[in-house]
Amino acid sequence: MTVHSTSPQFKQNAARALNDDQLQKALGNVKQGFIDKRQMAADKLPEFEALRDAARDIKNHTLEHLDLYLEAYEEKVKASGGHVHFARDAQEARDIILTICREAGARTVTKGKSMISEEIGINHHLEANGIRPVETDLGEYIIQLRNELPSHIIAPAVHLNATQVEEDFRRVHTHLDAKRDLSEPVQLLTEARAVLRERFLAADVGITGANFLVAETGTSIIVTNEGNGDLTQILPKTHIVLASLEKLVPTLEDVSQLLRVLARSATGQELSVYTTFSTGPRRSADADGPENYHVVLIDNGRSSMLGTSFEEMLRCIRCGACMNHCPVYHAVGGHAYGWVYPGPMGAVLTPSLIGVDKAGHLPNASTFCGRCESVCPVRIPLPKLMRHWREREFERHLTPATVRSGLQLWGFFAKRPALYRLATRVAMGALALAGRRRGRFTWLPLSKGWTKYRDFPAPQGETFQQRWKRERRGTHA
Amino acid sequence: MSVLMSQGRPAKPRVGLFVTCLVDLMRPSVGFAAVKLLEDAGCIVDAPVQTCCGQPAYNSGDRGTTRDLAMQVIEAFHGYDYVVAPSGSCAGMIKAHYPELFEEDPNWRAKADALAAKTYELTSFLVDVLGVTKVGASFDGAVTYHDSCSGLRELGVKTQPRRLLASMEGLTLVEMKDSDVCCGFGGTFAVKYSDISGAIVDAKARNVEDAHVPTLLAGDLGCLMNMAGKLSRDGKPIHVRHVAEVLAGMTDEPPIAAGKEARSA
Repeated sequence: MTVHSTSPQFKQNAARALNDDQLQKALGNVKQGFIDKRQMAADKLPEFEALRDAARDIKNHTLEHLDLYLEAYEEKVKASGGHVHFARDAQEARDIILTICREAGARTVTKGKSMISEEIGINHHLEANGIRPVETDLGEYIIQLRNELPSHIIAPAVHLNATQVEEDFRRVHTHLDAKRDLSEPVQLLTEARAVLRERFLAADVGITGANFLVAETGTSIIVTNEGNGDLTQILPKTHIVLASLEKLVPTLEDVSQLLRVLARSATGQELSVYTTFSTGPRRSADADGPENYHVVLIDNGRSSMLGTSFEEMLRCIRCGACMNHCPVYHAVGGHAYGWVYPGPMGAVLTPSLIGVDKAGHLPNASTFCGRCESVCPVRIPLPKLMRHWREREFERHLTPATVRSGLQLWGFFAKRPALYRLATRVAMGALALAGRRRGRFTWLPLSKGWTKYRDFPAPQGETFQQRWKRERRGTHA
Repeated sequence: MSVLMSQGRPAKPRVGLFVTCLVDLMRPSVGFAAVKLLEDAGCIVDAPVQTCCGQPAYNSGDRGTTRDLAMQVIEAFHGYDYVVAPSGSCAGMIKAHYPELFEEDPNWRAKADALAAKTYELTSFLVDVLGVTKVGASFDGAVTYHDSCSGLRELGVKTQPRRLLASMEGLTLVEMKDSDVCCGFGGTFAVKYSDISGAIVDAKARNVEDAHVPTLLAGDLGCLMNMAGKLSRDGKPIHVRHVAEVLAGMTDEPPIAAGKEARSA
């Protein structure tokens, strides 16, 4: 178990989110901006669909030979003077990181944006051991001040508005003039930059994630828009890269293909503002760079997905396009999902990592509209994988008893066409009679979920099959 | 792909109508509209005894029941040249998902593949397979069209209903914002996660309203019942119908979720 999960309370979380006016307003921004920008970027590149195929194939190939690429990668990192640590789970990862930080005598650790660091809950662990972690991505910095989880994998503070950020800054940056003007977003940005600049200079260790790890060179790659990742990994004496196993790709050529779909799918940019390649510690001729370079490769449940239908999920390159296009995410935002990864990718990944018994709601809370799959740059069949989780739940009797017995009853009739015709004829006849005048019901027994928000249309009366039999008896096959 | 198939089709194809359980039980007039459209286009139409494609079980994780129902459908429909459903969702189930159900059973897999290959959503069958470019009926007024998700993303149904609607005398199609975004129905999702479903259909209803047209059309009765129920609950006097009813000129029945008084338009 890693970060505490409220996924079992998904329904309550969702209800709260739906009644949060401020959140609803903020989610409006996700609906428009991301979608239009991705579409424009995709339209400008005639080979975009072919690139998606290539991206899928690169990741599939790597996952098929993951053991070989891991070995090759480790060798290259060592050869460049770095260290590779393998962590089976979150606890091992936290221990390794703490040990490295202690060896470096660290008091302050700066951090670039990293979802795996959220997954293993490293910030709390460092704090509990007297080391101060400082998030340096603006969104992450804001949610760290608020002690929240990211609500989106590339826009962690997308659930907030500028007024809330201003309040947080005034609450925390007490050393600054209380009367300063923070009414413009750029003033908030300037203040965060000034505060963070001091932290960058004071940091003893810098922790970043990795978008990709390259087996042929032992290189780790981060993409950012703020440049904070570069300062995090270049200024301190020690740089720690945190990455889950599936970040590996074979070659630099492969990376350049994946980069072409990553930013376009995420923000609609052709490339992020910064794409930074790091290979080992500073060499004697280098102008800057860390003296120590560590990579912590974290499994935390991934290897058990290999060879199963969920292996496809390990292709994910964390662009966020699935949640940007998800009507459920648009309605409830990221926090409702109750753990680190929200949206469709979270609905598939979270049950793999914390157990379907805890995260069972997530793959169920989807209309299967398929928009996520239609924009996924590595073509992960997200609805299919969510359905696989529903099948596992059904097999393990985790599906709610009411749903199971309802299905059983319906299945009983649906498998017996003659009985079905008789039963539905009687039921529809009665329902039509009751709803004849208004053509709808505002209330029906056992259908509160439906009638809470909408009327239930009355049936026309005679079923199709009844009338067909009556009118066309002679033509029956 | 489907255009090519139109080259080799029989002169009077025998079509098995997969009427869908919702149309069968709730709104048979949609089924009869489909029959009329198919017969007008030269098909011999039959509707064998049927219940449901199995989607409620499939999407609830109950593969056993799904397979049983799929086998029932495969057997009932194997003898027709084509299988046509007035629903992208049910046609998508047969076309895209039945083969997956029998991955470990080559005998049934072959049967499922054969059925999948000849199954179509109604408007795409008319346009892509039969090459229909114009329907005879007329309709007086403006309509907006909602793209149901399965038809759109599993079967590529987007231009076909619009082309047929555009061919109708008196009809104007006004596109609403986000016509390709889910209405929040999602089968049992609408009941299991009713708060979220309610929020999604609320956004959809606002887009429908903003199109300022008196009629909303779509090709799937599940989505239509969801949207009609919402519009009716909010007191919006927008008539909601299945696209087949309008294309067939069969709009005598009251719109979905409307009483007899709304029959006229």
